[in-house]
Amino acid sequence: MDVILNQMDEFAPVAGPVAGLVMKNEPMVIKRRVARQLSHLEALESEAIHIMREVAAECANPALLFSGGKDSIVLLRLAEKAFRPGRFPFPLMHVDTGHNFPEVIEFRDRRVKQLGERLIVASMEDSIKQGRVVLRSENQSRNPFQSVTLLDAIAEHGFDACIGGARRDEEKARAKERIFSFRDEFGQWDPKNQRPELWDLYNARVHPGENIRVFPISNWTELDVWEYISREGLEVPHIYFAHRRDVIRRGSGLLPISHLVQPKEGEKVENLMVRFRTVGDMSCTCPVESTAVGIGEIIAETAVTRITERGATRMDDQTSEASMELRKREGYF
Amino acid sequence: MSAIENISFDHSELLRFITAGSVDDGKSTLIGRLLHDSKSIFEDQLSAITHTSRKRGMEAVDLSLLTDGLQAEREQGITIDVAYRYFATPKRKFIIADTPGHEQYTRNMVTGASTANLAIILIDARKGVLTQSRRHAYLASLVGIPHLVVAVNKMDLVDYSQDVFERICQEFHRFVAGLNLKNIAYIPMSALNGDMVVERGNNLGWYEGMTLMDLLEKVPVDHDINLEDFRFPVQLVCRPQTEEWHDFRGYMGRIESGSISVGDEVQVLPSGLTSRIKEIVTYEGNVEDAVAPQSVTLTIEDHLDISRGDMLVKISQLPQVTKEFDAMLCWLSEQSLDPRRKYLIKHSTRLVKAVISRIEYRLDINTLKHEAADILKMNDIARVSLKVHQPLVWDAYQRNHATGSFIVIDEVTNNTVAAGMICPSKG
Ligand SMILES: Nc1nc2c(ncn2[C@@H]2O[C@H](COP(=O)(O)OP(=O)(O)OP(=O)(O)O)[C@@H](O)[C@H]2O)c(=O)[nH]1
Ligand SMILES: [Mg+2]
Repeated sequence: MDVILNQMDEFAPVAGPVAGLVMKNEPMVIKRRVARQLSHLEALESEAIHIMREVAAECANPALLFSGGKDSIVLLRLAEKAFRPGRFPFPLMHVDTGHNFPEVIEFRDRRVKQLGERLIVASMEDSIKQGRVVLRSENQSRNPFQSVTLLDAIAEHGFDACIGGARRDEEKARAKERIFSFRDEFGQWDPKNQRPELWDLYNARVHPGENIRVFPISNWTELDVWEYISREGLEVPHIYFAHRRDVIRRGSGLLPISHLVQPKEGEKVENLMVRFRTVGDMSCTCPVESTAVGIGEIIAETAVTRITERGATRMDDQTSEASMELRKREGYF
Repeated sequence: MSAIENISFDHSELLRFITAGSVDDGKSTLIGRLLHDSKSIFEDQLSAITHTSRKRGMEAVDLSLLTDGLQAEREQGITIDVAYRYFATPKRKFIIADTPGHEQYTRNMVTGASTANLAIILIDARKGVLTQSRRHAYLASLVGIPHLVVAVNKMDLVDYSQDVFERICQEFHRFVAGLNLKNIAYIPMSALNGDMVVERGNNLGWYEGMTLMDLLEKVPVDHDINLEDFRFPVQLVCRPQTEEWHDFRGYMGRIESGSISVGDEVQVLPSGLTSRIKEIVTYEGNVEDAVAPQSVTLTIEDHLDISRGDMLVKISQLPQVTKEFDAMLCWLSEQSLDPRRKYLIKHSTRLVKAVISRIEYRLDINTLKHEAADILKMNDIARVSLKVHQPLVWDAYQRNHATGSFIVIDEVTNNTVAAGMICPSKG
């Protein structure tokens, strides 16, 4: 007997005028034991592990992008689940803007050491020294230029695939992204002409010089990520938890005071309880006011928030309607 | 620890659904309306699309902007590629894929459809059932989406007429009579005004069925996983070769269907060698049994030659192992099928060379009649015979989506050019 067809009889159109929906009363033929169905998080986890293993099998020279942020922390745990007791079949790579929160860099190095895996740091300082990146001012946001450093590193190491922690729920251009997302020889994304992606049969084939960006947690939301961090007991940098910090109000957000951000005339420095929802370039990553000092409280806040992760925290995404799409077309992840 | 204890019972089920239908029928607007009225739009998203709508000279907020996020989509007012959205109600979690109606982008609709549990086919009440509505309904049935909702939209433009609604329902019903679509619901609505989306509204008093949201929360979630037949395509072989794991040889993969326990007898295909499961290894430690769709690492009692592309199955539930089979093919590429050429096929974890040896028929999407064809062009749906270089281990798609589906890759461009669903063998 065909299992799939058996389950289809539960709903049937009404006889006569075919309006509405009627449930038949007789019990459905169920062959599934419901208690053995995977939970939502377990299903997402298994999907991500499957994706990582496909990368390992089909790509000649992949890398995993690790920033020390929460999404890439989840990626590392997924990689452990995918490949232990073996070693990771790829190095980790961090695109270091030089504008990182010191806590995050400290965390990054500690985590890599714990795992005993190899880390490549692609440094934007080098790109600047080589004249590949030209900044208007020392303190401006470096996010837009990450692509240059990333693409140079991809070329230098000959990577044909980069695994990243981007999620579709983050931003409207990311909502359009495939799980295996093709980049041409210039690192460009062509959103009008993406490869079809059917079921979970991924096409990782590229010509020399081209590459694939792979997003194993595409289907995870911010809430899923925090629930997973909680379930797995993963450590995250302290700045994700509420702490007191000197900030100023600029535009619609709060900006943390640092050597890169100093109050302008008329701006008042306040000392507030805040936490970061994302960690990126210090000059443009905004914290939110929060009292969440533990994971449970972060989950509770995330479940009821009315503002998206990037809307609350990234000034550089708000410069124009399509800023993320434009950056992605140039090779950003 | 057994897998059953290990797996928590999840109350928040996940339903994946798509919107489909002809261009401009209101798919993106409907998604926007659904998110808006269920309070699932974030404040910054709403203010961004309000701002954009105003900039474009619109009085009301254009809710389609929520999913039409690309510049080119906003310029042209159409959807080009699938947008994924995530939302939850107290009853369920949802993944929405808003797919394009434009014929040129049918491949993106198929992309969204291949993983959906439910499809909403929109029909413009003024226009009735169009070719593209038929194509999408057919594709939904072909990829085996178990539930279909026909949303007769823009009812505001036909005076909320019950007659119009029923005429369209009858017409659609006649068309799908021949398809493998048993669970069809029909709902009249106005995505623009919100009637019958989340709220009932005041204009459709004659309709007594559920609102769309009601239905989405109540429809049973059928995962298209076959729970009978154990299928384990090997993704990777794990040989750590460290001191601690010196003799370890694990087969890594995802259980695509069925379940497995330690001690079960398994056969390796295509070689046909047999052995028993020794351990089921996970990061958390070994378990006694595991079910689809868990990703695990298996070890077996004997030293056999097993590598990526091989499949472990149970002896009592054997699949087919052949070099020739028939399949339904959706051609997705602008470059037509050239029957003289070799293509690559990716099926489970196996990549093989293939030729399409015969086109049995091409489908006329309006009449569902079979017609003869020598080539296949973009968006054509056909039944074909294939010959592959090495044997594939398969089940009919109808029985098992994971082992019955494949993609066709053009060796020269590396593009994915077709989607295939294997037909039951004729014998
Ligand atoms: N009057 C009326 N107009 C509607 C309704 N739903 C959508 N529209 C309008 O129809 C037009 C097309 O809507 P979209 O939501 O972009 O259509 P679509 O089906 O997503 O189009 P594609 O994705 O390009 O295939 C827009 O101008 C909408 O405002 C409705 O219920 N009533
Ligand atoms: Mg649309």
